[in-house]
Amino acid sequence: MDYIIEMLGITKEFPGIIANDNITLQVKKGEIHALLGENGAGKSTLMSVLFGLYQPEKGIIKIKGKEVKINGPLDANELGIGMVHQHFKLVHNFTVLQNIVLGIETVKGGKLQMKEAREKVIALSNKYNLAVDPDALISDITVGMQQRVEILKMLYRDNDILIFDEPTAVLTPQEIDELMKVMKGLADEGKSIIFITHKLNEIKAVADRCSVLRRGKYIGTVDVKTTDKEAMSEMMVGRKVNLVVEKGEAKPTDTILEVDNLVIKNKKQGHTKNLINNISFNVRKGEIVCIAGIDGNGQTELVQAITGLMPIDSGKVFLNGEDFTNKSIRYRNTHGMSHIPEDRHKHGLVLDYTLAENIVLQEYFTDEFSKAGFLKKDSINKYAEKLIDKFDIRSGQGIITKCRSMSGGNQQKAIVAREITKKHDLLLAVQPTRGLDVGAIEFIHKQLVEQRDNGSAVLLVSLELDEVMNLSDRILVIYEGEIVAEVDPKKVSIKELGLYMAGSKKGEK
Amino acid sequence: MSAEKVKDKKSGNGSVGVISSIFAIIVGLIVGFIILLISCPNEAVGGFVTILTGALTHGTKGLGDVLYQATPIILTGLSVAFAFKTGLFNIGASGQVIVGAFASVTVGIMCKSLGGVHWLVALLASAVAGALWAIIPGLFKAVFNVSEVISCIMMNYIGMYFVNYMVKKTPAIFDNMRNQSKPVASTANLPKAGLDKIFAGSSANVGIIIAIIVVIIIYIILTKTTFGFELKAVGLNRDASRYAGINEKKSIILSMMIAGALSGLAGGMIYLSGTGKYIEVVDVLCDEGFTGISVALLGLSNPIGVLFAGLFIAYITTGGFYLQLYSFSTEIIDIIIAVIIYFSAFSLFVKNVIAKIKVKKELKAESKEGGNK
Repeated sequence: MDYIIEMLGITKEFPGIIANDNITLQVKKGEIHALLGENGAGKSTLMSVLFGLYQPEKGIIKIKGKEVKINGPLDANELGIGMVHQHFKLVHNFTVLQNIVLGIETVKGGKLQMKEAREKVIALSNKYNLAVDPDALISDITVGMQQRVEILKMLYRDNDILIFDEPTAVLTPQEIDELMKVMKGLADEGKSIIFITHKLNEIKAVADRCSVLRRGKYIGTVDVKTTDKEAMSEMMVGRKVNLVVEKGEAKPTDTILEVDNLVIKNKKQGHTKNLINNISFNVRKGEIVCIAGIDGNGQTELVQAITGLMPIDSGKVFLNGEDFTNKSIRYRNTHGMSHIPEDRHKHGLVLDYTLAENIVLQEYFTDEFSKAGFLKKDSINKYAEKLIDKFDIRSGQGIITKCRSMSGGNQQKAIVAREITKKHDLLLAVQPTRGLDVGAIEFIHKQLVEQRDNGSAVLLVSLELDEVMNLSDRILVIYEGEIVAEVDPKKVSIKELGLYMAGSKKGEK
Repeated sequence: MSAEKVKDKKSGNGSVGVISSIFAIIVGLIVGFIILLISCPNEAVGGFVTILTGALTHGTKGLGDVLYQATPIILTGLSVAFAFKTGLFNIGASGQVIVGAFASVTVGIMCKSLGGVHWLVALLASAVAGALWAIIPGLFKAVFNVSEVISCIMMNYIGMYFVNYMVKKTPAIFDNMRNQSKPVASTANLPKAGLDKIFAGSSANVGIIIAIIVVIIIYIILTKTTFGFELKAVGLNRDASRYAGINEKKSIILSMMIAGALSGLAGGMIYLSGTGKYIEVVDVLCDEGFTGISVALLGLSNPIGVLFAGLFIAYITTGGFYLQLYSFSTEIIDIIIAVIIYFSAFSLFVKNVIAKIKVKKELKAESKEGGNK
């Protein structure tokens, strides 16, 4: 069978690093071809080369058998290549329809002709099962919907080579299922799809073949059906990876965190349902309790209430029996709470501070790092270097690297290092592995289990069912601001858990 | 990474900043020269030399005047730079200057019984008044998230009219004949601190020494203390600072207050210098506040950079004064300063160009090494 895209021997260098080293990618017509690799393996660079954003030093690109030179996104578009970026490129105060036609509007006598466009969009959305409201504003629709708009944008331009750059990173499990169906539908219609990801489950679910990159090098292409996950992850990471977390029996002892009848009212007008409705639970020393649920069911608010970032309307929070309800954030941070926040860019790091400064972000004022109001630069640097070493945080210039220039995985490692090295009784980890590759996930999971075994109480909030099932000793399912079930991960199936999460089944608490 | 290498990299970045500022200055001077050429080709060279060396023509007097001119703009520049480092744009320096000036003049005229420390008290009053004036935009920003730019601009006008009103309504301060404030008591004038001996005949006074000390203090606060660490963190990422347990509202208000105190102090310096400057009751915003923005930009918001930028701008302003000996107007200096500021905004561009050249050189060196192997 002929290949629709052939990238042969692509080499692209950047100062100090070879991002792509003699990489070959061949995609057949009508297949879903996964491109697998860790963060920084060169996937994005390769796609940028295909998109004409970078010119490779060596190598040729053939589209439909003909050698082509792609000088920019416009050339790529002409060749029928379209891309859904990880961070969508949409105009937020435009409607869906306006976004789809943006750049290739039909104009007659200086006037926009939206009618034809509307018909074409509706026809496309029916054909591919991509229901959207053409007149909704982008700012009003969900992330999943926005992604559909991006897909429609490609289809509207009659692209037949579609690139999805980590499309599932921002979606809920349900939306992921939907997307998988859509992708299969597109492939059945003869579109060729390049699916960039580092999630093995998703590759298993939809992809036909999979090419693996590692540190800028091409490792190989495998048939997905006949290759198991372990083999693929080994190709990606370069060593055997434990996909199942190894952990012994939990031996919970004293109660560390106690949440009692917590209520947070919805402050938005017209909403009467509480964001957090009478939640009570506890976490004991030496156990990992997981809050499972679909995104937006109150997890964020619950964690922010416990850490003091969000005011609560009623209820109490106790740590080690001490009433923490009205304590300041600083007090909580210094009296036993560590918090790996959900949004590492918004809360976790001061991106323009150096790595060393971020590592002491919670402790710069302590006697260890300051004296009479002056920072002790030497001990800060020493401490930072110790953590960088211990947690293998990779960065361009060591302790003086600005965190903004570091990769997502290493930024997360820095936060994890900071929070678990700090003295604490309770570790709150909110989606600690979001957007990370297998190697980093394995590392962070190991750390969480180690924390548990060292006598911390761990409260984990996760949207990934695998993570929930693998790590937790107890699962609390949250749905619309309430804990609807408490289950034992050993006795519950993923399917059953999904039903609880969707609110269609209620358990005893 | 070893400490030596760390230092290397740091000084490397700093020098790029200095280079880009010098680039801006050179371009500004060239443009100034072109303007001189256009307006009067015969005298252009002489005029240009005057701009560059005018401050030196009367020996040490000129240099002393440079120091005198530099004092308030170093302080307002520091005010803007400090706020900027902590994530705020203090465009309200002008209002803070005039309010500070009013406070110092009031103390200077009214509290005659203070004796030797009279001038010091008057100066402190100016700083306190500036700080109080800046609390308002600080509070609005911290509590209601109102842009400090807008509230600062409004506070400029409120400050100007408020001071005009207060001067006019206070008979003890108001000089009816000249429509301006009365001179302060001689004890309230800033002492010369021996500078009148070094720079004979100039207006230099202890102000410049205080300004330099303040520059050093601000530098230390920003780079060495936990307080500065907090202020900068809040400026860079308010949410993350809150997460780290920093009281971000307090930090924002304190940042504005310190910036305001610096500008207020500048106001005190201007009107306590005993050089015949009085608060005139006119509807004009005070210049030094806006020059402060230029100084901060040229100094790359670095306290030490601000010190040199302030001295430089004062230097060419003093030189420009002597332009009147030719058939040029002194406003040419303003054009030169404007062009310099304009091009210092290109500093990022210059930095990138320099960085690219460096990388290319390194690559070349590397490939050569590779070839030898």
